[in-house]
Amino acid sequence: MPIKRQLTLAPWIFTIGFFGLWELICRLFGVSSFVLPAPSTILLAIWEYRNQLAYHAMHTLWMTIAGFGLAVVFGLLLGMVLGASRLINAGTYPLLVGFNSIPKVAVVPILVFWFGVGWVPPVMTAFLISFFPIVVNVATGISTVEPEMEDVLRALGASKRDIILKVGLPRAMPYFFGSLKVAITLAYVGSVIGEQNASNVGIGNLLTRASAAFEVPLVWAALVVLAVLGVVMYVITALIEQSMTGWAQRSQMANA
Amino acid sequence: MKKFVDIHDVTHVYARTEDGAAAVEHLNLAVREGEFAAIVGPSGCGKSTLMKLATGLQFPIKGTVIVDGKQVTAPVKLAGMAFQNPTMLPWRTTLDNILLPLEIVEPHRSKLRRHKAEYVAKVEKLLAQVGLKGQGHKFPWQLSGGMQQRASLCRALIHEPKLLMLDEPFGALDTFTREELWCVIRDLHAASPVTVILVTHDLREAAFLADRIFCMSARPGRIVAEREVDFPRPRDLEITYTPEFTTLVHELRGHIAQARMAA
Repeated sequence: MPIKRQLTLAPWIFTIGFFGLWELICRLFGVSSFVLPAPSTILLAIWEYRNQLAYHAMHTLWMTIAGFGLAVVFGLLLGMVLGASRLINAGTYPLLVGFNSIPKVAVVPILVFWFGVGWVPPVMTAFLISFFPIVVNVATGISTVEPEMEDVLRALGASKRDIILKVGLPRAMPYFFGSLKVAITLAYVGSVIGEQNASNVGIGNLLTRASAAFEVPLVWAALVVLAVLGVVMYVITALIEQSMTGWAQRSQMANA
Repeated sequence: MKKFVDIHDVTHVYARTEDGAAAVEHLNLAVREGEFAAIVGPSGCGKSTLMKLATGLQFPIKGTVIVDGKQVTAPVKLAGMAFQNPTMLPWRTTLDNILLPLEIVEPHRSKLRRHKAEYVAKVEKLLAQVGLKGQGHKFPWQLSGGMQQRASLCRALIHEPKLLMLDEPFGALDTFTREELWCVIRDLHAASPVTVILVTHDLREAAFLADRIFCMSARPGRIVAEREVDFPRPRDLEITYTPEFTTLVHELRGHIAQARMAA
């Protein structure tokens, strides 16, 4: 089989194999569905609760996209500022790293004090958890412009703004899109955390309620739905990345 | 002919150096308008500093730098530059890379959008001059190192600079490609009134191309010898095999060896 076919088939084979193995273990050892439900049980639960799951998943999706969108805008702007100014970069880094080190689940109560229970805490949590990688990557891309390139343009009278717009920003795009793949999955985690603690809808909220009621198959069904949505979002960002920064993906290594 | 670049008794220390050592000291150098000057010297002698001083990217702490009759207090805007590394932007086609200076420098900057076709024609003409006819649509990473360097020369020349600064532009190329590009540069210089300052390690390159060669000392750099080259133009590559040429290169080598010893 040609290597290209193998590559397109591999994800399917591995995924199906993984769930097959799981199913096999559950049946062979007679694992209680309270401990670990078999994939078939989870699939049944997904079908049974499909309306509920779809409703909550849509909500989570919206929260994630909103928070992620905020993170992209804010991350790009802050990344540009940090990439352009070594002073601001050095000055704000400890703050940024410190902030990023705070587990976002600990911030949710504060968000509830400020905004109450509703859609704001999940969106804010998604935003807060996902902007950091975008900032760091955009800043790195801009601050690593080749000095020769900068000289060529500065000798022509280019302003700092010119250099950032013409060279720094396009050059940071592979870094930026790379960080989006990390950020989208983080944003997802963020919105679910927000929903678990401060919302009446969304997969996160569903999870909290289902586990409180010991509806184990529903908990697992919700987790699987989350995972599938996560993969879909990731694939979408990866496709956007590919179409935007094809020039950066010409490495021989990546093709092997 | 009048002096186009006049560097007078210049001493420069980079703000970032910790020991306060000067990169160049009591540097004197004058290049006439339209002249092809070459600067040779041991590595680390401050040749790149000289480039930065002449283009207004750095300002001397002592002495004066005058370019085109005006003291340099800001980037000169009339210079084109090319380096050993072609520094083409990989997301732009070769054509768009060459157009880049026009997006920066006036009056082209404000005219570029409306007169795009004229400018593109100009790029095509330059590309043909350096032997890259019809290659403009390719991305730089689809070109070989020598071709990228040719494109880099086009980018340095597209805004018709009065001063062309070349910092070891052929250092990374193989001998045959390098000699081909010597001829490209020779013809470009012959075809326009541009003043060229070439910084190089290659003494044969300096001897073949330049009207005047300056030898720099080791750090802190200053000029230890100045030599007119009077081979008639147009020069053919064949002259590099004549005894006169060899004598000149030998003489230059002596200056450099001395400069290295003194260091």
